[in-house]
Amino acid sequence: MFESMLVFGLVNSATLLLLSLGFSITFGLSGVANFAHGGIYLLSGYLAFFLIRTIGLPYFIAVILTIIITAFLGAAIYKLVVIRVRGIVLNEVIATFAIGICILELFRWLGYVTYEYSLPYIVRGRFTVLGTTLDYQRLLIVVVALLLAVFVWYFTHRTKTGMALLGMAQDEYTALAVGVDSDWAATYSFAIGGAFAAVAAVMILPLGIININLGYEVLLIALAVTVLGGLESTKGLILGCFILGYAQVFTSTFFAPHWKEAVYLLAILIVLAVKPSGLLGKFKELEERV
Amino acid sequence: MKAGYRKERIDRGIKARTDDIFAIASYREILYLAGPRIFAVLALLIFPLLANITGMYWQTVAFIACIIALLSLSWNLMFSVGLVSLGQAFFFGIGAYFTGYLDRFLGLSPLYSIPLATIAGAVLCTMIIFPVLRLRGIYFALITFALPLFLMRIIEATGMLGGTEGISGLQRLPGITFSLYVTVIAVLAVTFIFLRLFDTDYGLVLRAIHDNDMSVLAGGLSVQWYKTQAVFIAALPATFAGALMTLHYRIVGMPTFAVENSILPLTAAVLGGPGSFAGGVLGAFILVPVSEMLRAFGTLRIVMYGIMLLIFVVGLPEGIFRYAQRKYFQIERIVPLEEEKK
Repeated sequence: MFESMLVFGLVNSATLLLLSLGFSITFGLSGVANFAHGGIYLLSGYLAFFLIRTIGLPYFIAVILTIIITAFLGAAIYKLVVIRVRGIVLNEVIATFAIGICILELFRWLGYVTYEYSLPYIVRGRFTVLGTTLDYQRLLIVVVALLLAVFVWYFTHRTKTGMALLGMAQDEYTALAVGVDSDWAATYSFAIGGAFAAVAAVMILPLGIININLGYEVLLIALAVTVLGGLESTKGLILGCFILGYAQVFTSTFFAPHWKEAVYLLAILIVLAVKPSGLLGKFKELEERV
Repeated sequence: MKAGYRKERIDRGIKARTDDIFAIASYREILYLAGPRIFAVLALLIFPLLANITGMYWQTVAFIACIIALLSLSWNLMFSVGLVSLGQAFFFGIGAYFTGYLDRFLGLSPLYSIPLATIAGAVLCTMIIFPVLRLRGIYFALITFALPLFLMRIIEATGMLGGTEGISGLQRLPGITFSLYVTVIAVLAVTFIFLRLFDTDYGLVLRAIHDNDMSVLAGGLSVQWYKTQAVFIAALPATFAGALMTLHYRIVGMPTFAVENSILPLTAAVLGGPGSFAGGVLGAFILVPVSEMLRAFGTLRIVMYGIMLLIFVVGLPEGIFRYAQRKYFQIERIVPLEEEKK
């Protein structure tokens, strides 16, 4: 019982991390909250499905193609739409929200909701750890989530491009003064956000069928995790994922599974009441919470 | 536009003359100022009487348009204090379920259940939203987006308040003309009251919170407390709309919390111009008939609202109402740039 909670909590936390990383990267680097994140996530799932099942490409080529196309899509969303409303936070929210709604409801209308729409497992089979049976796909989720988190840290702290983006996020005018192009950085961050959403979709969607409402849920997860962990730190993000992941497993074990969603809101409320800047956040409460 | 030229906007002569109340000298000028308003009010008041000419269908469409107009007024008030809501369905649904409960389980007549549900629902909404009022911008938007979905999930899972089947068999209202008149008067009254409210000192504080909440804080006023009051005021028309809709259709169910009820008022408000109360009402009266004509397309309508939102947020962020207002009061002409004149 305890061991299985431990294992599934880890898997759940890694899932949350994968889902929210793309949103958090875009938000952290460009300051734009990409409300289309859930839509992009589902779109990349359907894209992978289309490439694998309809066109019949080999699995890995299809996945890489999905990630690249989604990255370009993310960049296109910035270049075509967001760039025109950038700086007006509320319009950014409404514009990206509208894009997300369009994608999700279009797929709902097309009727892509039945059981045939599911992605294949990357690796089959299962193994036993701590007395709990776990399939390799879930193990892979944990590994990929950790790899991505490490990659994000490495990218933003050790590579030139990453440091330019980080500089943009920390102080736009100073970064401009040393020759970083603001629009270039934001396009980059949207592309990375899109690519991460695609990775998450390819990893996580095989576990179930592709469901439209997942798109809305992904947004809530991303919000809960960023509020919980504190906006500006990757460490906070990971911590937030672990807290939420374990809290969810705990609730569905001891209460009923449908209270799982209540955990997000409850977590947000408690953190806001106790430490409004987030667990590892440093900013003041009112000013920075835009 | 050619290089070396720019567009210039200047007030029309009649606008300049009538700007000052003492200058109004002729019927023409009075009509110029009051005409659009009187026309809108009269159109709204006369339309319910034309049931024989327009048919029941368009009367119902007008009723739904009024409901959406109330929701967009509510959205606009929250927008005016810097709170962007993506979940107006939350207020709507709470009002609707309150009415359903009061009617079905306590047997109150509509005369009592509507006002009671409006006020109690608004109090409940304010209490639920109060803890997250510290949030601004996107965080607040996401929470309001989550709330109706969350309530829907809870009702579905626990089966309380009728669960997936909802509460049906409520008391009957006198008919469509009655419902339409009540909503029309509500829309007019709420628009008038909100416009007046924003002319008072109290409204000045609310607007200041939208523009710069730090300065309000520095002025020694509690931002949180004013926002709480604003949410309560904004919740009133929305819960009222929910209450009336429930009693009109004599059923309340989970669809009251649906995404469509959030995105329709939002689109109406953006269409008309965010922050302008009359604009939101205008937007609702444009959007709802269009949306009813597209009913055959099913959920594709929501995609169309999304596209519309996108077009207006990117292309015409001021909204149709302010655009029309500008055309009405000002003329535009192309003039050469200053350098060219020399």
